[in-house]
Amino acid sequence: MAMLEIDNLHAKIDGEHGKEILKGLSLKVNPGEVHAIMGPNGSGKSTLSYILAGKEDYEVTDGSVTLDGEDLLEMEIDERAAKGVFLAFQYPVEVPGVATMTFLRSALNAQRKKRGEEEISTPDFLRLVKDKAGHLGISQDMLKRGVNVGFSGGEKKRAEILQMAILEPKLCILDETDSGLDIDALKIVSEGVNALRSPDRAMIVITHYQRLLNHIVPDFVHVMHKGRIVRSGGKELALELEANGYAEYQQDAA
Amino acid sequence: MNAEIRPIRTPAEQALIAELGGLPAGTDRLADLRRAAARSFEENGLPHRRVEEWKYTDLRTLMREATPVAGTAAVAEADARARLLREVEARRIVVANGAVVPELSDLAGLEEGLTVTTLAAAIASGDEVLSRVGGILPGRYDAALALNTALARDGVVLTVAPGVTIERPIHVAHVFAGDAAAASYARSLVVVGAGAKLTYVESFEGPEAVAYQANAATEFVVGDEAHLDVVRLQEDGASAFHLATLLFDVGREAQVHAFTFGLGAGVARTSLYATLSGESSQVGFNGASLLKGRQHADSTLFVDHQVPGCESRELFKTVLDDSARGVFQGKIVVRQAAQKTDGRMMSRALVLGEDAEMDNKPELEIFADDVQCGHGATCGDIDEELLFYLRARGIPLKEAQSLLVQAFVGEAVETVEHEGLREALVERAEAWLKARG
Repeated sequence: MAMLEIDNLHAKIDGEHGKEILKGLSLKVNPGEVHAIMGPNGSGKSTLSYILAGKEDYEVTDGSVTLDGEDLLEMEIDERAAKGVFLAFQYPVEVPGVATMTFLRSALNAQRKKRGEEEISTPDFLRLVKDKAGHLGISQDMLKRGVNVGFSGGEKKRAEILQMAILEPKLCILDETDSGLDIDALKIVSEGVNALRSPDRAMIVITHYQRLLNHIVPDFVHVMHKGRIVRSGGKELALELEANGYAEYQQDAA
Repeated sequence: MNAEIRPIRTPAEQALIAELGGLPAGTDRLADLRRAAARSFEENGLPHRRVEEWKYTDLRTLMREATPVAGTAAVAEADARARLLREVEARRIVVANGAVVPELSDLAGLEEGLTVTTLAAAIASGDEVLSRVGGILPGRYDAALALNTALARDGVVLTVAPGVTIERPIHVAHVFAGDAAAASYARSLVVVGAGAKLTYVESFEGPEAVAYQANAATEFVVGDEAHLDVVRLQEDGASAFHLATLLFDVGREAQVHAFTFGLGAGVARTSLYATLSGESSQVGFNGASLLKGRQHADSTLFVDHQVPGCESRELFKTVLDDSARGVFQGKIVVRQAAQKTDGRMMSRALVLGEDAEMDNKPELEIFADDVQCGHGATCGDIDEELLFYLRARGIPLKEAQSLLVQAFVGEAVETVEHEGLREALVERAEAWLKARG
């Protein structure tokens, strides 16, 4: 049994005349694997990440998603997080008035509590954050501010990776983590992600460009188009897409 | 042949008028003030929704009965009930059922330049400070203040000599003690001399199930270049009626900051009046209300810029759960002479309950031509995007809501300069959220 099994997933935007976005998507992800999902804008990549995280703006009309054999779609948003699902957002929101440290600690302890584990002690927590933040070039000043408040695009992405490093999820979904990053920031973020690669952890890397995959080398590459995976292959598929673009798939569909 | 037109008086008004008929005789200035206040109440009665300043808080309908004036509180009960802000290092004065309780008040070893007495003692001794009571006029009929002026017998009278800084905050802890519905009236006066500095705290609390009425009015005379911080925590019982009036007269280059925090009472009306009578002063009125059940809370502000170059800032936050109702009315008047006035007010409401309601009424009246004035009001529910972000990190719904509500209120609470008080208020907000479950 794979860690994540998506079978024939159909989903539409919530509401009476909601547009169907996912049209029969299937994917299996095993522990230790890194899957890249590529595809043109509007193919449903971000929608897939939101549905896995539990965003309530979508309605699943058919198919199933299981995490370690459990029905993921039945779980509350925070329950999914506690089970190890982590979405690194394409556009992380700013949360004024909630200090980053408070936020990290609330999240970590809530997850531990739900898993029946002890809450982390203050000294252990401070040590953990200091260690992880240092590697990602996140200053103490940033940690004292409200979550993402006044952060640049690159800083927000680094903060997402910091959260990931602290929460230690089993399934990381990175939604266009490379967007808005210059080459230096891309390096820092990629190193942060690579440091989290492990035999127990799976990753789904959603990206429009091949560039990120030079840094985070995937085991599998999938091409998504019109709500389905239309082609799968190894990392060489990304290079082919870089050379030829998505035109081939868009023509197929026309 | 002159037919006298008499409006029909409600039972509450009739009871209050009867109460006012029993005013003690006297020929001093205070007795005159009382009689004038009683007369104005007899003429105008309780305001209703057709009286603009009470449009959203129809006192005539809300105050169905007037309770008799409360008797003296038992000292032990007053002590047991006065719990709020005990952890804050301050000079504590307890006012129970409208009267200062000397046994529970720390009146010894006053700092040099600080005088504290009671209104009752000042009246008994004919203290000259009495000439300042009733000196700040709201500029319009205010029923709550009229009743207070007519019926209050005691309160705190405090003066800080010019140039003196009082480091230790003064905390006046108002408490209602007793099992029977009754009304307490407390009248206080705070005179901050030129260049002096003071932090003044008022708290209000009482039993949950007793339908008592707490009417408190405090006048603040703020001298030139003086600094005054006022912090007010209102946690009266859920069945209580809270009527408060704060009046400020602000001198040249003075700085006044007031923070009013309202969590209690079934019905609460807090009116703040500021007369900016000295040039280049700064006034900040901030506040927050956390309301649930069927609570009704009204914050009404009136800032009168009479002279040039003053700055006023108002930021009020209201959180409404269940079917609570919040009211914010802010009025800034800029007189013709008050050029270079800079006045701004903002009211923000967060609506959690489906049946909750918020009424905002900002008003600007500007007679000068070179001023900057602005106002804004927002009303909305918790941002779903923020909530999703917190939950996606594993924070359960209620806890995520609490964090966001705390952040919302925090923006206003953070304006409280005194660290211990600020932390105490944050703790009260947390307790409110925890009780929400």
